[in-house]
Amino acid sequence: MLELKAASASYGSVPAISNVSIAIGEGEAVGLLGANGAGKSTTLRAISGLVKLSSGTVTFAGTNLASLPPHRIPELGIAHVPEGRQVFPEMTVNENLEIGAYVPKAKAERALTLDLVYSIFPRLAERRKQLAGTMSGGEQQMLAVGRGLMLKPRLLMLDEPSLGLAPVMTDVTFEKIGEIHKMGTAILLVEQNVSRALSLVARAYVLESGNVIMHGTSTELANNKQVQAAYLGI
Amino acid sequence: MLETVAQAVINGLLIGGIYALVSIGVTLIFGVVKIVNFAQGEFVMIGMYISFYLATQFGIDPIVSLVVSMPVLFVIGVLVQHFLIRRVLGPNDMPQIFLTFALSLLLLNLALMLFTANYRTVHTSYSDEAFHLAGLYIPVAKLIAFVVAMGLSAALWVFLHTTDLGKAMRAAAQNRDVATLMGINPNRVFCVALGVALALAGAAGSLLMPFYSAYPFVGQVFVLMAFVAVVLGTLGNVMGALIASLMMGIAESLGIQFVGADSGLIVVFAMLLLTLAFKPNGLGGGRVR
Repeated sequence: MLELKAASASYGSVPAISNVSIAIGEGEAVGLLGANGAGKSTTLRAISGLVKLSSGTVTFAGTNLASLPPHRIPELGIAHVPEGRQVFPEMTVNENLEIGAYVPKAKAERALTLDLVYSIFPRLAERRKQLAGTMSGGEQQMLAVGRGLMLKPRLLMLDEPSLGLAPVMTDVTFEKIGEIHKMGTAILLVEQNVSRALSLVARAYVLESGNVIMHGTSTELANNKQVQAAYLGI
Repeated sequence: MLETVAQAVINGLLIGGIYALVSIGVTLIFGVVKIVNFAQGEFVMIGMYISFYLATQFGIDPIVSLVVSMPVLFVIGVLVQHFLIRRVLGPNDMPQIFLTFALSLLLLNLALMLFTANYRTVHTSYSDEAFHLAGLYIPVAKLIAFVVAMGLSAALWVFLHTTDLGKAMRAAAQNRDVATLMGINPNRVFCVALGVALALAGAAGSLLMPFYSAYPFVGQVFVLMAFVAVVLGTLGNVMGALIASLMMGIAESLGIQFVGADSGLIVVFAMLLLTLAFKPNGLGGGRVR
């Protein structure tokens, strides 16, 4: 469904990713793992069009994403939950969710999707009138994920959903992501918390200095000595 | 004494409504597009000349001619964004500052050429009318201007808070990249922001016409007040700009009454300096609300 082929991108003269090739099938859950600065976020931003590829291709369900302006990409069913939540702080929870369904196709089903999101995240339903910026980090993360779901995405891209969360909130967040995946949404999960990520995804790519250095099923990666030493602290 | 103060407050409040229309436009453009529009006053001037010519050529009441000046300025706003500002948006602020500054000078000089430096006035049936209420003098033209200005401000608030496009505009103001991830086209939102801001400036021009003279430099008076109000009310905050504009109208009027006829602005700028020194983020807080 989504395919990056030999994709490279840079910020100015600093290369951020080079020759990255990844593929995700319909309904699959795939991880993108690696240390800080490995190029994981840049890969997501390249898919969303916020970063332009200097070479390589990115296609989604047969559409060349590089040919579209960034605001046209969500229409295809790609939701990007950015790093650090980035909810709209001075809009209410409900308004944040409504904006998540801005594209016409999602807007048509907005009321139904809103009910679904509130049923997945009852905490958000309790706070629907609250300004998003005044909520805790964990609640904002739920909102960011919920806002992504409002698009009714075929692919949900999550950038470090555990970042800055207390362990108990991380548990809740990952549990919810698991539920969403079971409903049939493909997941592309970027995580520094490798053991967590591997418990959720079926397979993963490992990035280092902008390059894919490893790819395998979660079991393979969890048993790999190099992964264990570098990311799992074993 | 008390009556003098009350009269000064009324005078200030009424003109503050006009300041509000101009400053809300400036703060909306700053909040959404992140540029300072130095030409905002010139769009008030254009609104005044539109109403002046409609009144003198076709006998249309200046207040009624708002239905022409607002759409015309909306379209100008969209064109200015699409063909000029869009090209200079980027990491470097300088081209943006000089672009709106150059636009201001261009429009001023065009007005001098087309309309000459003469003062133009429109006399309406209500230009000299006034209510007398508990010893206070309330001019009808200024009261109408104030009421319409408040109505338009309220309409903008409703637009920003209840329509999808308005919410998209607030979202883009708060986080442009993430708004793009929601499928919001930033340039479209910016065009609407410029259009709405200039339409409000045009409305201010039409509302002024029954009691204020049009001349090429007239916008400078209002844009100066608008910038102070925008800073006092916190850059990008619509409600803050509205409240600060009314406060400044009152401060100016009290200054004129008690410091001297030419000294109203002293009070206003003293307020600005004190605010910048002690509350540099303004009295409001936050972004486009």
